[in-house]
Amino acid sequence: MQLAVNTLVLTAIYALIACGYVLVYRVSRVLNLAHGELMMLGAYLLLMTASQFSGHWAVAIAAAVGLSLLVGVLVYLFLMRKMTGEMVLAAVLTTVALGTLLRGAMVLIWSARQHYPAQRLEFTNFAIALPGGARMSLCAALLVATTVLVYGSLWAFLRFGRWGVRMRAAGQRPLLAAQRGINLHAIYALAWGLSTLTGALAGMLLAMDQGLDQTMATIGLKAFPAALVGGLDSLLGALAGALIVATAEVLLIHYVDPLLSEVVPFLVLIAMLAVWPWGLFGTREELDRV
Amino acid sequence: MSRRPRASGHFRTAYAQDLRLIQTGTERWAMAACVVALAGLPFLASPFLLDLANQVFLAAIGALALMLLTGYAGQISLGHAGLMAAGAFTVGILSRELQAPFWMTLPAAALVGSLLGAIFGLPSLRLRGLYLAVSTLALHFLVVYLGGEYESRRGYSTGIVIDPPAIGGHAVSGGLAWYFILGLTAGGVLLLCLNLLRSGTGRAWAAIRANETVAEALGIGVAGHKLLAFMVSSLLAALAGALFGYYRGFVSVEAFSLFLSIQYVAMIIIGGMGSLLGAVLGALFVTLLPYGIEAALRTLPGAERYAGLLFAVNYAAFGLVMILFLLLEPLGLVGIWRRVATYFRLWPFKHRPLTGGQR
Repeated sequence: MQLAVNTLVLTAIYALIACGYVLVYRVSRVLNLAHGELMMLGAYLLLMTASQFSGHWAVAIAAAVGLSLLVGVLVYLFLMRKMTGEMVLAAVLTTVALGTLLRGAMVLIWSARQHYPAQRLEFTNFAIALPGGARMSLCAALLVATTVLVYGSLWAFLRFGRWGVRMRAAGQRPLLAAQRGINLHAIYALAWGLSTLTGALAGMLLAMDQGLDQTMATIGLKAFPAALVGGLDSLLGALAGALIVATAEVLLIHYVDPLLSEVVPFLVLIAMLAVWPWGLFGTREELDRV
Repeated sequence: MSRRPRASGHFRTAYAQDLRLIQTGTERWAMAACVVALAGLPFLASPFLLDLANQVFLAAIGALALMLLTGYAGQISLGHAGLMAAGAFTVGILSRELQAPFWMTLPAAALVGSLLGAIFGLPSLRLRGLYLAVSTLALHFLVVYLGGEYESRRGYSTGIVIDPPAIGGHAVSGGLAWYFILGLTAGGVLLLCLNLLRSGTGRAWAAIRANETVAEALGIGVAGHKLLAFMVSSLLAALAGALFGYYRGFVSVEAFSLFLSIQYVAMIIIGGMGSLLGAVLGALFVTLLPYGIEAALRTLPGAERYAGLLFAVNYAAFGLVMILFLLLEPLGLVGIWRRVATYFRLWPFKHRPLTGGQR
């Protein structure tokens, strides 16, 4: 039972992070390898707002979420916008460089030691006993709830929202979408903003649960196979991919070797790339030469 | 007075001229000056400078290997550090477990490298672009995990110590000996790359990079040449890793993080894609950047306070430099070099566009 709960929580973490990769990739065909760092930045932003609004945890979280949305939009406006039309590799490497820059800057600002934003927010994290003798921390439960909420609202937004429909159009045929009067730059900026927001949410909740230090970016990178296994341009795929990767990871850690935790997602990724490279729900595409 | 009047610029009139390695008199003199300077440098330099030079040589071998693969054959790899780790670990394991001498471990490392290269290259037969980059990234994690697993299983949790290689009973140690070994190896690798690239193999790679379908139609075995590119590149990368292990006398997975892969990719970008000179310049730049930053920080007041943050400053500066190059100078250092060289080559009769009044 505990295994099932662990799988559920890990699935929620991976799914919440993976939808950030999917959002950006689906709209602009850019793989954002700085997503892990952006997610960590979100957690540090929470740390910052937590000391501003100590005691009002809802206000602090809302402020941090707003800030991370802003960060995503700014990243697009000042960096990625310049890379549109460049080679795929150049855009990906720009995100890698951004990640390196952010990582260094975050250590400079907040130091490399471990932080506990939950303490600053005066938020008490306790374990909830579930039927079957399993336990789950409150933050983990919040994480699962957030993931469900985020996926639900993203689905509704992309399906029914005016901007969501525009976003899908821009992802399918950028040229046609632009000719129909859709402002591509605004769409891309929105995608980057939303992607950073969801990643930051995952970062904040993880930081409240387990504390915050430099290793968080690695979790962000480990969630990337989840996005790819499900298909890089499908939200449903990200959910399924997260479930597969998380199940494989929890089971292998439990039954084989805990050290495997670092590589399991990548093993799944290699297997998937060998068999069905476009993922479970992804659209098969002829990728650009690089 | 048999001298012909010379136009500014260098004009080739036959294909054989285009293939020649040294084409002009100036190049010959520059080359000779370079060799003399490189041979003379270690006798003047301090041990610290020698160590820097050795690091540059090691980085240059790795960067040349990646440049062959990415810059010429057009296949992306984010797993370069994994291949170097494989080379270093082959040396470490063989010399620890079997006390194998260096003339056995280095070929073994090269062999392991090329085999791994074939494995890294297999996805490239099916995948392109991003997906290929991602599969090499995944393989990097796998190789590093296996290395770490070996370390922890055998109780070398802090790393494997490697004895210095012995030639004729003399242990190779000290910066000077290593300077010549690494310098000659790097020179040899450079020559190998130059010759590979002006042969049929190099032209086949260029064709594959330009357009795979057209290359196939021209009768080039695309799959074979892609695998060959991966194998040659990985062989050289593993060799660089093996030499790195011997040079440091120590192998540990921590040295081969994803950041190292990123550094090598940065070298070929900062240096300039599709140019061997670029690979060398990039290796020089990326290797010296952290030392430059350290020196710059030391001149600031209150230098001790920054000492602990140095690695963070390095990270940030490194990312920033990479972004600046990607945004402002996509051709890299070699682009700057070419502009300057062209200016002098065409001087004083620089071609001006007829319509242009702006420049």
